[in-house]
Amino acid sequence: MQTYQIAIIGSGPAGISAAARAAARDQEAGGEHTHILLESFDLHAKTIQQYQKGKLVMAEPGYLNLRSECEFEEGKRESILGSWADTIKRYNINIRYGAEAVSISGSQGDFEIKLANGDAIRAINIVLAIGVQGNPRRVGVPGSEDPLVQYQLDDPDEYNNEDILVIGAGDAAIENALALADNNRVTLLNRKGEFSRAKEGNLNAILAAIVNDGVTLKCLYSSSVKEMENISDDTLSVTLNTPDGESTLCFNRVIARLGAIAPRRFVESLGIEFPNNNPESLPELDKFYQSNVAGIYIVGALAGYPLIKQAMNQGYDVVEFINGNDIAPADQPLLEYRFSGLPFQLSVDETAERLRARIPMFDQLNALQFRELLIESSMTVTYPPGPEYTELSQKLTTIEQGMDSSMSAISITALRQEGDIIYDRGQFGTSFFTILAGEVLIESTLDDGEIVKATLERGEFFGEMSLLSGHPRLERAIAGVGCILIETPRRTMLKLISSNSAIAEGISLVFTSRELQRNFAPRTSLSQLRKLAGDIESIQLKAGEVLYREGDTEQVLYIVKSGGITLSKVVDGSDIFVHQARTSSTIGQLALMGDTARRETATATVQSEVLRLDRESFLALVQSEDAPIEALQRDVADQISSYTKMEVRPEAGKAIDFMLDEGLGEATNALIIDESLCIGCDNCEKACAETHDGISRLNRKEGPTFANIHIPISCRHCEQPHCMKDCPPNAIRRADSGEVFINGDCIGCGNCQTNCPYDVIRMTAEAPKKPGLFQWMLFALGNGPGESKGHAASGDTNQVKKATKCDACVDLPAGPACQNACPTGAAYRVTPEQYLALVEEKQR
Amino acid sequence: MIHTGILEYKKSRYFWWSLVLIIVCVMIYLTQSADDPPNGGTWQGYTTGTIGAVLIVWLSLLGIRKRNYRSRSGTVAGWTSAHVYLGASVVIIATLHSANQLGWNIHTLSYVLLLGVVLSGFVGLYYYLTLPQIALKNRNGQTRDSLFAELFELDEQGKEIATRCSSDISLMANSAIARTSIGGGVLAQLLRSDNSKVKIEQDNNQLLVENRDQARVLQIIANRIPDAARQSEVGPLRELLSVLSRRQAVIRRIVRDIQLQGMLRIWLYIHIPLTVALLIALTMHIIVTFLYW
Repeated sequence: MQTYQIAIIGSGPAGISAAARAAARDQEAGGEHTHILLESFDLHAKTIQQYQKGKLVMAEPGYLNLRSECEFEEGKRESILGSWADTIKRYNINIRYGAEAVSISGSQGDFEIKLANGDAIRAINIVLAIGVQGNPRRVGVPGSEDPLVQYQLDDPDEYNNEDILVIGAGDAAIENALALADNNRVTLLNRKGEFSRAKEGNLNAILAAIVNDGVTLKCLYSSSVKEMENISDDTLSVTLNTPDGESTLCFNRVIARLGAIAPRRFVESLGIEFPNNNPESLPELDKFYQSNVAGIYIVGALAGYPLIKQAMNQGYDVVEFINGNDIAPADQPLLEYRFSGLPFQLSVDETAERLRARIPMFDQLNALQFRELLIESSMTVTYPPGPEYTELSQKLTTIEQGMDSSMSAISITALRQEGDIIYDRGQFGTSFFTILAGEVLIESTLDDGEIVKATLERGEFFGEMSLLSGHPRLERAIAGVGCILIETPRRTMLKLISSNSAIAEGISLVFTSRELQRNFAPRTSLSQLRKLAGDIESIQLKAGEVLYREGDTEQVLYIVKSGGITLSKVVDGSDIFVHQARTSSTIGQLALMGDTARRETATATVQSEVLRLDRESFLALVQSEDAPIEALQRDVADQISSYTKMEVRPEAGKAIDFMLDEGLGEATNALIIDESLCIGCDNCEKACAETHDGISRLNRKEGPTFANIHIPISCRHCEQPHCMKDCPPNAIRRADSGEVFINGDCIGCGNCQTNCPYDVIRMTAEAPKKPGLFQWMLFALGNGPGESKGHAASGDTNQVKKATKCDACVDLPAGPACQNACPTGAAYRVTPEQYLALVEEKQR
Repeated sequence: MIHTGILEYKKSRYFWWSLVLIIVCVMIYLTQSADDPPNGGTWQGYTTGTIGAVLIVWLSLLGIRKRNYRSRSGTVAGWTSAHVYLGASVVIIATLHSANQLGWNIHTLSYVLLLGVVLSGFVGLYYYLTLPQIALKNRNGQTRDSLFAELFELDEQGKEIATRCSSDISLMANSAIARTSIGGGVLAQLLRSDNSKVKIEQDNNQLLVENRDQARVLQIIANRIPDAARQSEVGPLRELLSVLSRRQAVIRRIVRDIQLQGMLRIWLYIHIPLTVALLIALTMHIIVTFLYW
């Protein structure tokens, strides 16, 4: 049996690019194959094959050069797949389709890859390019690989008037079945007697659809597929095991949604280690993309590079690395620009190594992770005003002028003067700062207006509070003497925290110390508090989980680290809302000030995290000289009187409950319409469309109403934006003033739309251009204000679709257009403070 | 208060502005002496006239401000509040300017048009202040779309039950559902006129008769219950009656909602054309005045 030098598993962008490089090397060497590309599917690039027809695939990030035998630039799915098919032919890539690797044995130099069909492949090195999507679980009965059996549904509107069997009982199966039932006759096959895995919304929807005779959907419970047989081009005969015995039915199409087998188990079976059990964590790699198993290399999304171009570059590089060619990565120039203003003249690699060695926290990172951190972060250098500053400023300007337009997204070193404000109290910030050199001054303002100053030095970090809690900055940070900073965006930092427990713990410890300092001991130094902070437990709560119940006795108080906690109380047999605690506030302190029995039940409003402070720690804290005991007591008294007010106004509690259910508990800027003032003119929607390229980002009519409060479908700018969680090009940003917006880098993947629990994000094509107001009024040219005639229908796949959402008019000096355009004052965007005022209004 | 209405905007600041403006104009008016009796042609008359004309032009700019969505000139709610109070003050200012010298001429035409504009504005204001709450109560927490969805759902239920009733009842119920008419032209919407029909069988003939407010179909089914041919028919008939009654209630809500939404809009179709006419008449009034100076 032939032993290949490189076996590549997975023919996605990374795999195909690696194979193409290996094949090109083979051709140079004389033509014999020393590589093999294994693909479990019968076509290359399965994930992209399954994109919707005609979908535009974007080539972000624009500033990164492509280094690959394969071509790739922004274009339709078909043209990209076609060009890759050409590459396979042109370079005579040794690709084997339908080859699913099930196990790997041996070690570097002598690996044996077992395939699902029993074949074995021998290889010296293995490149894993299997992505993170996993393979869909197959039906696994005779006939289940027929082309009429599909494991994904891209566009339900593609099918009309067909008999379709949907197999599965999870959310995907239910959503597909419901969507298809609009235009088709759908049978849903549930292996069990009920839908136990589905989300509540889906469960209600499917049960309603099953009993509704108007919907052409029926469900077969406790049934499974025995076999399937293709009887014509568009008909499958399916034999089912049902509780009443076997029955055979005909369908035009079978859609199986049985979940995916995550690749992690397979990867772990090869001996590759993951840093922790977090489902988002990725295997650790060295700078050559080699895993802890010598000879097994990992590239692409599984290596933490979700963008196509990055993955393709990695594919090329990894083959060079395996061949002993230590080339500089394609992103090297990015770091050169990033380092251009640093006060030391070293090579990029040396600089990176030196920075890493200086910061204790970064010891935890391997070279590859640290490199990625630097690429995604920005770098700031500080000088006192004077000749040095001027000189560097001129140098940076020259560099900037030398960059052409394609490099506009590359950031060079930022320059600041000593004494500049890095961020200020009240600003929303999502980034995290690490001090590489020099000092940073932190000024916090106490309740009584006193300003407390602290100095941070090399190796320390700040900004973690806003990163972890989503709360605006509580202090002012000022650039001090000789300070060099790296500012890391939220997404990168969260990825790091989830993949590296030591970093997570380190940041969490400082967070806790600073919370203790802020709440109880403003003048005590952090190093003193750190020991105490180490003993404080942090508790994760799911939405709806109870923290403590009315009547419980415990001498503990809680600080809300992220999310929100609702306090309620049973009065006359019904639950009455009394309070909502947002991030950085404390609850339950009364238990430490006399009344040990809980008078309220505390429930997490959204997914939350709290710090648990027991009596011992509390006493240790307040015994320090500067403990603001009076302020703490005053807070408790305020709380008690406010809670009591709510108890006597149960109907107010209901209204607040409603608002919390609608996510206002985590909102920083939400549109609320007073229906008793709304005249239904839709001027808010028109204003939104007019100020946002013709597409309204709010839907006034939709959305729930309680009493006269209507919460339309419009972004709430959550404290911890769900949409920002998983944006591959990092296109969702938060402005200093809090607005969450999507910039031009969107690749149209739709992750944010899926992640948003409030359905405020839509994938839309560009609207046609509009004439000026007077042109429209006098000559009826094109669409007038708020009109959208001739706008491409949503089914048109030729149009580029990108995510659109409310940006709270971050770029309009006059503020949100929806609110400004309301003629009766019905539409109003509320901040958390105004939301509390609204709550108080209800109390009166 | 987070939400404030048109009249309370910024603690009714434009009410006070208007009041001050009116007092100033009255004082100017009162300075006219007996030898030079009040008249549009005195300096006092010119002053109040100019104030009025400027106000009228500014008031009509609301339509442009409303559509200038990027404007930094304050909120539309503020403009509307000012529009209401200053608009009302124009009547007094124009009256002072006219000094009660009315006649069959272009000048009085402007005055009458102004009264028409302000009057229609008051109607609109009254609608804006009252109808949203009535509509809210009428919709009972639902949206127009969800009311329609409920109606279609009830339609399907009604049709399904009708299959279990005798053929004449089934025919009638199906036709009543199919020939339910909601809305229509502007007048039909505003007057809630109902053009619903139902097909009934009479002496082996099928007749199409009116079914306003679904009353007839309900009446016929109700009459039929004590008179049912078979005992087994009573159950479906009662079910049908219940579903069609719920349908009637939903239709009433929808029709009322359409009417209220219509009323919120229709007054503008009088207010705006009158404003345009006023602007034209006002221009002529000014030109004519200067021509015959």
